[in-house]
Amino acid sequence: MATDKTNIQLVVNGILNENPIFRLVLSMCPAVGISTTVMNGFMLGIAVLFVQVFSSCTISLFKNKIHPRIRIPTYTLTIATWVTVIDMVLAAYLPEAYAKMGIFIKLIVAFAIITMRLEMFACKESVNASFWDGIGMGLGFMFGMMALGFVRELLGMGTLLGYDVLGFKPLLFFVLPFAGFFCVGLMMAFFNYIEVVYKRSKRA
Amino acid sequence: MNTRLKLLTCLVAAIFCLAQPFSAQSTTDGETTIAQKSFGQANEIILTFATPQAREFAENTANYRVFEEQDPDIRLEVSGIRLADDQKTVTLTFKSPLKQSLPHMVTINSASPSQAAHQTIRISKPYLGYLFSILISALLINNFVFTKYLGLCVFFGTSKRKDTAKGMGLTFTMVMVVSAIMSWFFYQYILKPYHLNFLQIVIFIGLVSLTVQAVDTVLRKVNPALFNAFGVYLVLVIANCVIIAVPLILADNEYNFLESFMLSLGAGGGFLLALYLMSSVRERMELANIPPTFKGVPIAFIVAGQFALAFLGFSGLKLF
Repeated sequence: MATDKTNIQLVVNGILNENPIFRLVLSMCPAVGISTTVMNGFMLGIAVLFVQVFSSCTISLFKNKIHPRIRIPTYTLTIATWVTVIDMVLAAYLPEAYAKMGIFIKLIVAFAIITMRLEMFACKESVNASFWDGIGMGLGFMFGMMALGFVRELLGMGTLLGYDVLGFKPLLFFVLPFAGFFCVGLMMAFFNYIEVVYKRSKRA
Repeated sequence: MNTRLKLLTCLVAAIFCLAQPFSAQSTTDGETTIAQKSFGQANEIILTFATPQAREFAENTANYRVFEEQDPDIRLEVSGIRLADDQKTVTLTFKSPLKQSLPHMVTINSASPSQAAHQTIRISKPYLGYLFSILISALLINNFVFTKYLGLCVFFGTSKRKDTAKGMGLTFTMVMVVSAIMSWFFYQYILKPYHLNFLQIVIFIGLVSLTVQAVDTVLRKVNPALFNAFGVYLVLVIANCVIIAVPLILADNEYNFLESFMLSLGAGGGFLLALYLMSSVRERMELANIPPTFKGVPIAFIVAGQFALAFLGFSGLKLF
């Protein structure tokens, strides 16, 4: 059973239609916990992209050798291996960013989005399709994290990527840790609103 | 009812007996002149002499030698000493905050040459109190859901009904305690001695999956009724990041067995508490008139944000 989507469609699907954060509502912990700046979102996005792509490819390669009854433990161990790799690489080469993200890098292993993509997609499709699906999902996650980081950094500190953009701090509230909940909630409501308006205009 | 009361009394008595050897006590070398001793602020030790002392003796830093009991060679530097007006109470201030969970030793030179050379006293916090503070900290102050932002997928997924929330919370606490204890043994006796620290993630996630599978199998055979009630939540437990975060935190902080047990219990209990609070609100919200764009998940996030704000109030809480 092969997917009939082209590679580009697979990538766009991950970013828009099945965006992990805003559409599937998965992997919310980092979205709330460390989305205070665009840079944080970007770094964690890179890590997730790496783990997603490599796990998808690995599972897709060995899909015929994995017995269906032990597939979930196999997925978990595969993800854990790749998370260990990215964990050690970041700790060695980017110790500052690594310290900021704290335990969340190690927790990629428990992100529902990765396991879900392996179960729904990679274990049925070819390596090529799995690769592009992994890229799409990883970019979708990165996009979600960066969008949240954009709003919180701009409104909370008046900066973007550390550069002063506004010159003043509109709403300090948004950089406070718990504001992650409010920010995610408000952005979801915003996207829902756009959808409602879009449907209404279509009907008219 | 009566027997239950008796049992409870026995239990309380037993806990107090257990607490005795752990609670603060002084080891006296010869005659001591210290009446009271305790930790003050984060970088303070407060001593009270039995008799009034001369200011030049009591405020001389050279007369005190302070170290942690496990490292007698490393002297902690006393930066300031203050003698209270009653001439008995001395407050030692240190340059850096003390690790107050560890017992500290203070050696004091004698005031007059006629007495024994010096005396050593031991200052420690009551151990049970320390354990209890770990539990409360994981439960309220550092609640895993509202202040550490972990386990949110399952949190939003299973907090729609009170019954579901209770079932999920209990199953979760059970699995968490078992898997944390297992990971602790693995970490202390296998990973650490053989320098396999880099395998942490793989081992811990494997252990968690194993625990879940084991609980699933055992529960199915031993108590089918309970399995019917809680079985569905077991699968969800694996996809929860709290369950893998706890072993990682245990390994980072080098907790001992009892501390690990308390932390995992607190983490599970905190999750149960968060789920129950949230489900109570969400059951009410179904009847409320919410704008259509906010219906479902978005409003749940806003409510969780308000809970997080409320839990921020616990941050100043200090026990023992």
